[in-house]
Amino acid sequence: MNNYTVILNNLVKYFGRRLVFNNINHRFDSGNIYGIAGPNGSGKSTIVKIIANLISPTKGKVVHLDGEKEINYERLHNYIGFVSPYLFLYDEFTAYENLIYFSKIRGVKFNEAYADFLLSEFNLYKRRDDVIRGYSSGMKQRLKFIFALIHNPQLVILDEPTSNLDAPGKEKVYEIIAKNRNEKLFIIASNEESDLELCGEIINLENYKNSGN
Amino acid sequence: MKAYHLFKKDWESELRTRYALNALSMFILVTISVIMFSIGSEKITEYLTGGLLWVVIFFSAMSGLSRAFVSEEERGTTLTLHLIASPSTIFSGKLLYNLILVFLMNFAITFLFMILFESFIIKNLLLFLIAFLLGNVGIAVSSTIIAAIISKASSKGTLYPVLSFPILLPLILVLLELTKFAMDGNSVVESMTEILVLVSYDVIMTTASYLLFDFIWKE
Repeated sequence: MNNYTVILNNLVKYFGRRLVFNNINHRFDSGNIYGIAGPNGSGKSTIVKIIANLISPTKGKVVHLDGEKEINYERLHNYIGFVSPYLFLYDEFTAYENLIYFSKIRGVKFNEAYADFLLSEFNLYKRRDDVIRGYSSGMKQRLKFIFALIHNPQLVILDEPTSNLDAPGKEKVYEIIAKNRNEKLFIIASNEESDLELCGEIINLENYKNSGN
Repeated sequence: MKAYHLFKKDWESELRTRYALNALSMFILVTISVIMFSIGSEKITEYLTGGLLWVVIFFSAMSGLSRAFVSEEERGTTLTLHLIASPSTIFSGKLLYNLILVFLMNFAITFLFMILFESFIIKNLLLFLIAFLLGNVGIAVSSTIIAAIISKASSKGTLYPVLSFPILLPLILVLLELTKFAMDGNSVVESMTEILVLVSYDVIMTTASYLLFDFIWKE
């Protein structure tokens, strides 16, 4: 089993003068599923973006450890898979072209067999050569899961993972998470009860709103 | 190689959408047509033609080169890029894309000037080629980092020329001088000071851009 750890050290985030959350300290270890909950505007997307190194915290630090070794942020993107409603793929390319370009730009070998497997799992194999401009929002959401998993990341961050998905799509997502829960570290930011039911531990951001924390 | 694949993705995307290529081609054709109509049958001096060449190049760069980052921001794919590549790979890939675009654009503009303007006569072709090469690199590097800065702003259209003007002005002034020397037939050795200024500009802009890009790229 891979040993991947994310440590949040005194994380504070302000947008202008508005406090989003204050003084979050937490440790996430692989082999677990963690949930981040809170009402709309509580900072769920903000904290997962900070964990994925997409935005900086106002104060504090996020440390990613692969075993005992701290991962350099220049290489961090290869350890992370990310799914969110505000993530967009290149809609002038086909699903397959997107996946090939993502692998090549990441500098990893494109695993055709694994790509075909994931496309079949998410029921997109027959549409793999269609430009994704013509995909429905549910199909695009399923493709985002393939984008997040194609490079076999150790940390998978799911921000509202089941938005736009129908019942079979949601079931497939839960099945994939359950299948990989022992090998990867999952962090799920969501308001959906069914999403949060998967999590062993849930952080409620409402508990980190006090500036005196 | 990662940067090359990012460039390839951008180039393939451009060939499918043709946004920058169409904008640049139309801008070049319209600008040169307007200059020709305004000149009419008047004879203009060699120096003025050389100046007009760099004016057209400067404004063409304004119209097309910002697309490298602005298109990612407009399509919402900036986050995707963050998740697949390191900042240095992204900057290198975008720079390569803008370099190819600048060279294509400037070859086309220079070729049109050569066939359309009688007074565009270069006596020292080697000196002009050196200036052309170093100038294109300078324009591409500056435009790429400015495009990265403005892609985060809300008023992208107005900010690009405003930011570009002070950054590209020293470069354009030296290029105007070197084009004048090439038209006069001055040797490369005689123009060494200006060439070294161009080399310095390119090195400083490239180094500063790589150092600054991390801060610009991450919100």
